Amino acid sequence: MSPDPRFDGPGPEEVWLTALKEGRFLLQHCRTCHACRFPPALVCGACGSSEIEWKEASGRGTIYSTTTVRERDNNYNVSLVDLAEGARMMSRVDGVSPDEVRIGMEVQARIVAEPEPIVLFAPSAGGAS
Amino acid sequence: MSHPLRGRAAIAGIGNTKRWNAPGRTPFDQMQEAVILALEDCGLGLKDVDGLFCAISSSGLPVLNAAERLGISVRHADGTMVGGASFLFHLQNAVSALDHGLCDVALICYGSNQLSAGGRLVSMPDPQPYEAPYKPRYPISSYALSAARHMHDYGTTRENLADVALAARTWANLNPDAFARGPLTRDEILSSRMVSDPITRADCCLVTDGGAALVLMRADRARDLAKPPIYVLGTGTAVSHRQIAAMPDLTTTAAVESVRRAYDMAGVGPSDIDHVMVYDAFTFTTLLFLEDLGFCPKGEGGSFVSSGAIAPGGSLPVNTNGGGLSCNHPGMYGLFTIIEAVEQLRGACGERQIQGAEIALAHANGGVLSSQATAILGTAATI
Repeated sequence: MSPDPRFDGPGPEEVWLTALKEGRFLLQHCRTCHACRFPPALVCGACGSSEIEWKEASGRGTIYSTTTVRERDNNYNVSLVDLAEGARMMSRVDGVSPDEVRIGMEVQARIVAEPEPIVLFAPSAGGAS
Repeated sequence: MSHPLRGRAAIAGIGNTKRWNAPGRTPFDQMQEAVILALEDCGLGLKDVDGLFCAISSSGLPVLNAAERLGISVRHADGTMVGGASFLFHLQNAVSALDHGLCDVALICYGSNQLSAGGRLVSMPDPQPYEAPYKPRYPISSYALSAARHMHDYGTTRENLADVALAARTWANLNPDAFARGPLTRDEILSSRMVSDPITRADCCLVTDGGAALVLMRADRARDLAKPPIYVLGTGTAVSHRQIAAMPDLTTTAAVESVRRAYDMAGVGPSDIDHVMVYDAFTFTTLLFLEDLGFCPKGEGGSFVSSGAIAPGGSLPVNTNGGGLSCNHPGMYGLFTIIEAVEQLRGACGERQIQGAEIALAHANGGVLSSQATAILGTAATI
């Protein structure tokens, strides 16, 4: 009895965080059905295949929904971004006032140290809102 | 042919502490008082209980703590924890366990001291590494994202949300046991402080203490007890996600599935329902669930609630106790949707009583629109 070799190696969260620390935004793609999965996991969320490939994300996305969190001294954006690859993630749109973030706005990812590295978005250059 | 579980079990007793701000009491004090009240309500004793169902926000092992506190030894237990809908999952599991003889007297119980202990929602330890860095207000921002998308897709307005809060308060003013009573205007609601757009403070449920309990038995045994049994005609549950980003369509919840299962088991549809309880953690969720439960078409929840339909005198009595918005919200409110449905079907609701109510639907939600559970209850006339 030995562990199933399909699941050898570092776990998906470890792979994701390690890449992020190296300045890379990676997404999982299924080699079988080509679905993209985020957050990462052991198998494809669409078809269950363990044939997963990590690829650099394009960073392109569209705002699916958005809210402004209002604190006494600070307002900030929280958005759900539909990534061009097909997955959805929570993030923040910076570079514009939170009130200017709109559903349907095209955005571009970047990695920022806060101090831990995280993926943030800004409106795409020339992108329509 | 009717479903074999339709009417197979009944709610024999209910307990509600109605202590919404009770300093000096632990969640288990609230729970124990509710259990005593529920057993007295049906004339049973603790020694009769052989199935225990419990969820408590502040305890990771609520069944063990509850059994010890109550001094009971049980042969069947269920600590399913899916947030505020947990107790309706317990209800479904209790019906099944009773039917299979795994227990004869099922006790579902809950207690909370979240207001008197600190005045904030008590969240379960459940870190979300893909959300936490962005600091959404939990759980408000998740519901705000759903509401914002609903407004974008269907033209739902903040005025529609305000009308839900108004209807809840109008019902609460008919309920002497509601925590938040008194006049409330649309302007007051609309000028409330924004917390996470488009949700304001007035769109959020109360933070209270509270305790509640239910006693269930097989219908044949429940008929011989102190109160007329309220039959469980149908139940349905569904779980779709944990984090809001993983919810497939933010404007349609898995309540669509839970209610279909409940309607199928009960053999009824939306037009047969006399009384509705939906988990209103936010004004928006009342509107959203009324769509998903089939009381109005998708996208028309806003105009439906603003038509006056859900307020006293309207065509569909909804959240007649005042709901989580104006009656009570101890953190996991789901059990109170059943309590009010039973009270209405017993005809025990005084000024807010729905005359001739025979079939009630109670719907609860957990997490961030993550778990959904529906129960359809009926009087003896529906059997």
